[in-house]
Order: sequence, then C-alpha cells, then structure tokens
Amino acid sequence: MSPSTDPGRPEPDATTLAPPRDARPVSDRGDTVCVIGAGASGLTAVKNLREHGFGVDCYERETGVGGAWNWRHDRSPVYASTHLISSRPFTQFPDFPMPDDWPDYPHHSQVLTYFERYADHFDLRQHIWFGTEVIRVEPVDGDRWDVTTRSTGGYGPERTSRYAAVLVANGHNWSPKLPRYEGLEEFRGEIMHASSYKDPAQLRGKRVLVVGAGNTGCDIAVEAAQQASHCWHSTRRGYWYAPKYVLGRPADQVNDSLLALRVPLRVRQWLYHWTLRLTVGDLTRFGLPKPDHRVYETHPIANSQLVYHVGHGQITPVPDVARFHAKAVELTDGREIDPELVVFATGYLPRFEFLDPRVLGADEAGRPRLWLNAFVPGHPTLAVAGLVQPDSGIFTLSHWQTVLFARLLALRVRRPERAAAFAQRVTAGAGERYSGKVKDSSRHWFEVGHADYLRAVQRAMHELEEK
Amino acid sequence: MSRQQRVRIMRGREWARPVRPARREVLSALPEVEQGRPPLLFVPGFGHGAWAFAEHWLGHAAGRGFPAYALSLRGHGGSEPAPEATLRAYTHDVTQAAAGLPRQAVLVGHGAGALVVRHALARYPARAAVLAAPVLGDWSTLGTALRRNPGGTLPAFVGAGLRLSRRQLFSRELPDAEARRYAARLGHAGRRAQWQLLTHRDPEPAVGDPPVLVVGSPDDRVVPPAALTRAARRHGGAPLLFPGMGHDLMLDVRWREPIDAILDWLEKEHPPA
Repeated sequence: MSPSTDPGRPEPDATTLAPPRDARPVSDRGDTVCVIGAGASGLTAVKNLREHGFGVDCYERETGVGGAWNWRHDRSPVYASTHLISSRPFTQFPDFPMPDDWPDYPHHSQVLTYFERYADHFDLRQHIWFGTEVIRVEPVDGDRWDVTTRSTGGYGPERTSRYAAVLVANGHNWSPKLPRYEGLEEFRGEIMHASSYKDPAQLRGKRVLVVGAGNTGCDIAVEAAQQASHCWHSTRRGYWYAPKYVLGRPADQVNDSLLALRVPLRVRQWLYHWTLRLTVGDLTRFGLPKPDHRVYETHPIANSQLVYHVGHGQITPVPDVARFHAKAVELTDGREIDPELVVFATGYLPRFEFLDPRVLGADEAGRPRLWLNAFVPGHPTLAVAGLVQPDSGIFTLSHWQTVLFARLLALRVRRPERAAAFAQRVTAGAGERYSGKVKDSSRHWFEVGHADYLRAVQRAMHELEEK
Repeated sequence: MSRQQRVRIMRGREWARPVRPARREVLSALPEVEQGRPPLLFVPGFGHGAWAFAEHWLGHAAGRGFPAYALSLRGHGGSEPAPEATLRAYTHDVTQAAAGLPRQAVLVGHGAGALVVRHALARYPARAAVLAAPVLGDWSTLGTALRRNPGGTLPAFVGAGLRLSRRQLFSRELPDAEARRYAARLGHAGRRAQWQLLTHRDPEPAVGDPPVLVVGSPDDRVVPPAALTRAARRHGGAPLLFPGMGHDLMLDVRWREPIDAILDWLEKEHPPA
C-alpha cells in the first residue's frame, strides 16, 4: 500500500468489486482511510492521517464541524454557560495552540471557533462528507472495511465503500444515560435529562431538583441556585469539589507541576486535602456527605461555585432519590421534597450502533475491550479515538491516539514486522487501565489519568518505531 | 532512532507553566487577489524586528501572490518589552502567530530567528520552513562572532546585549547612510535567550516532517559557510548561496535574489492548486 495522494472526494463506483453478500455494489477507495465523525477527535484524525500521507474520507452526520462542542447540533450536550473544565494548555491540540489572549477556561463557543479555525487552517473540510451518517461498518478480507453510509435522517440510497482502515470518532457524550427509578412514570412534574438543558431560563422561578454530581450536574445546580426558587442537589455519595484556581493559578496546572516532579499519589492526595482545608474546610457542616473515597479516585469535579452557593443556602444538598410519587420525591433518608422540575445530570454512555459489538470485543455490559482505549485486538486497521474520560482535556489525548494510529498504518507497509509486534501488544494489553483506583460506575471504565495514559502512548510510539 | 528524534508527548513543564502572553507586533502585506498560496511568516533574528522584513521582502512576496506576515519577537520592534524573555517564550510567540494565520503557514526564520523557527517546528506543523543565514547557536558561531566583532560580543558574557556592527550585517554595496539607519533600529534580545543560543537543547523533531531550505551568503560575517552547510545537511540538502551579501539578506542591496529563490522553491514544493 502506498499512501494515497488523491485528496479528492470518492469517485462514485470508481471500481466496482464483485457484489458482496447482498449484491450491493461496493466502491473501492483503495488506500484511503475512513474517519467517522468530525468532532474534536475526528478532526485531529483527519489532520494527522493527511499529514502522514493518507487519503481520508470523513463522514459527519451533522452539517458542521465540532461535534459535541457545536451547540447547533442535535446531539450536542452543551448548555449556554458551558466552560472548559481543564485549563487551556491541557485542552488545546499539542501542535495548534489556542490564542494566548483567551481566558484560562474558555467558553464553549470559543472552543467551537477553535475547531472551525483548525479545520480551515489545515484545509480539512474538503475531506469531510457533511450530512452523511454511517450505518454499518463491516470487516472484509485483508483487514479492510466496508462502510455503508446514507444521508442523515435516512433519506436517499445507501452507499457502501471499501476502506483500508477505519477510525471511529463518534464521541461518547450524546447518548443519555437515564437511571431507572420506581414511580418515575407517575411523577406529575417536569423531567429532563441534562442533554436537553440549554439555558438557565428553563429553571427560572421553579423548584428544581438536580440529580448527579458530575461536572454538568454541578454547573446546573449552580445555575439553579441563581435562577430557581429552590434548588436541591442530589448526589449518591460525597465528592471532592475542586476549585478551578488554587495558589493563584489554574488548579490543574498546579497539579501537573507535582505530576512533572513525579510526586507520589499519596503525597498529592495529602497536599490536596490540606489545600482544601485551608479554603472551604469541612463540607459536612453544610450537610454534604463525607466523601467515601480519597481525592483523585473519581472523575474530578472542577467547580468553584457549588460550595459557594451551598454556603449561601441557595443549594440544599440531599442524598440519592429513593422513589418518585405523583407530587413528591422520596429520598433515601426518608425525607420528601416537592420539586416542579427534575434535571437528570446522570451522564452519557458510549454507543457504536454501526459496529457489531463483537468486533470491539465487547463484554455483556457492552464495554469494548481495547488497548490504550483505542486499539482493537484482532483488527489492526481499526481504532477508536476519544473514548477516554481523562482527568484533563480530551483533545490532546485524541491527537496522540490518531498520530499513533497513522504511524502504525504507515509502518504496515514499510515494516510489517513492527506492525505485527504492535498487534501482539494490542492483544496482550487489551483491557488495560490507565488510572489509579476508580470508583466503579457504568462509564468509569474509560476513565484515565492523563499523565499515566500519555506516558503509555509515548511508550507505545517509541516501541513501535524503535530500530 | 536516537533519543533526540523521538517525539516527546509528556510536556509537563509546558502544561504546568505556560508562557505568559505578551503583545505581539505582526506586520503584513497581502496579495490583491487570493491565489491559494500558503501564507509566509517571517521571524527576524535577535535584535531585529518585523520592520526588517517590511522594508522589502513582505511587499515583494505579496507581489508574487504570497500572503506575507512578519512577527516581532517579544522585546523587539513594536512588541511588548520583555527583558527576561527565553527561547521558549520566543518559540511560543512564533507558534501563536503561525496558528493565528488563516491557513497552514511557511515559517521563514532569519539569524537566531531560524533557531526559534526550528524549535517552533516541533510545536506547529508548518507547511515548509526556510532558514535564512541561520544562527543555530553552536560554538563555531560564537568563535566567528568573537573574531569579527569582539567589542559587541564580549560584553554579552556579563549580561549586556549582543551588538552587531553594520559591517557584519551588510555588504559594502549598501550605502553607508542606509546601513547606519538600519543599525540604529537594532535592539537586543533577552539576556537569558542570548545564553540559550549556546545552552539550548536540540530542537525536538519537526511535526509532519516539512521540507526545509537553507539560504545564506558565503560572505556572511556572522554565520560561517561551514555552519550553513551543516545546517542544510541536517535537513538533507545543500544551502542556496548568494555570494557578496552580508548577514541581513533582507536589507542588503541585492535583497531581491534570495527572496525570489525562496519563493521559487516554495512554488516548486507547493504548486498552486
């Protein structure tokens, strides 16, 4: 395989192969690589694959780039006030810095501008098929892939193209995870998932219960504190609420100063607890439950304002919901509250509806078994980008995942024995985790510590290219 | 693969201690009609500002259809004063300016600006790079500087600014009045950055492996011809030489020859779409 130099769009039926099983014509795209999704991970995949000499067809179901960060998209989870959780140096792509006159924690509209500029700067749009969704991805002989697409919404005919490799970057923050509660059907108030929360006006003057203490849940609780007539915030357990600034600098930068010095986890935890004691102190006096874990053991919540509003009595912390009644919500401590609106900020689950779960080696719960959360045992030309939940920005991680994939594909031609050794490594290492102990939940399996994870990617890249 | 050629993914210091932003001066000359050519970002060397390129090269490049921009590193020209600037801060200025351009840019570094460009190539996937009379900071450059200009070089050891004489920078063809006028505009780089010319680490591998062209003059009294050959060989080529010119290729009388050669090379590397 020589990397394709054709940057153009697929010629319809360039070469029509022998009809497959269901006798649909397949257009052979040669050495071109297929990228699914033009969000953060998809864009960096297109850019890095192009940079390594590959032709790329990228399919995007929406009509713009930016994926989850494009508020115009149906599946975008952003709400009016969404800001970054990690500061700029951790969030930008490593080879395309965000403007240095932007704030430490940019707003989601700036993040979208950043992606649009990235796409224009590297001239990526010419490789993207907008308004096209992928409905099937099937392996065929020779480690190649048949990708079937059609216009978003199911209009028009299906088309199947054959690719040398596929990179899946369909995101994991669009399929809402809704917990089951007894009596939820008979509840007469309003119910919404955080994915349909867009604007604080939706909360104004109402009695609001926010369920979930992820970053979204905390943001919504803070907005409810300012807009709603009353706000309850229900959490399953106690959490550590990290301020966005400590010691005069963005908190993640302070943390990484320690990581760079390889300060052990225990010491960092101790330092962290000590810093929190100096600022907000013991949270249980506000009625917040005591955390049942040490800091860094769940996905970090960076929110300076939640504790502030709890301290001002504008948020009432409550335990988990036990069940719903027609006009009330019963909590696990037996209390009953009467919200008019319940917002479930209970997160999202990754979904790969176009792929046979067996291809990704999924277990009964549907969790894929991958190495580096990206590489698939037995399928050397398939990778997933962005399936990580880091304690930091995700775009840097996606960038390096796709660089590694591009280099792997290039080596399959130049030095097949290296690529074969890599494939063995993928099989041996599938399911590896890259974080300390993490409290289990249905999505925390792809939680990673950014330093542990990037060190692993760096090792993999060096092993791959060692002479 | 040697250690220097390895990609470094862990950048703890850059994450934890980002460079403080400083106001940047960027001058530009744009072609009247967009012709699909890549933008050029000129990076002047120590002591020079964007003005050095604004004299001739920017307009000429724009005349040939290339959107042309020139940056003043912090502490130079119209950019914010920065006496404590480091090589890393200069590199930051270049990657910021490059990423701020509408399209993927070609980086053109002159003098010590070429060293800054080499560092910036590891943090920004340039379409191509040109190192003009590059001062890449090895000991032979220091030797030449001490021999040719002891009065301007020695004080730098005790923290003063490097001073370049106009006889080093320009050929004898340049009228004296003009040479004096240019020399009067020279400033100097940060003290720490000057030391880093000697103490800096080798740049990390360039992102995307862009083509690199080295141009210079065998009669340059700052960069010895051997250093030009060495710099070009590192990027797998030979230097393009313009005999009879001084170090400041963009200000000397025959400024047109090197810039035309650079643009010809770019047209060959990246034929217009």
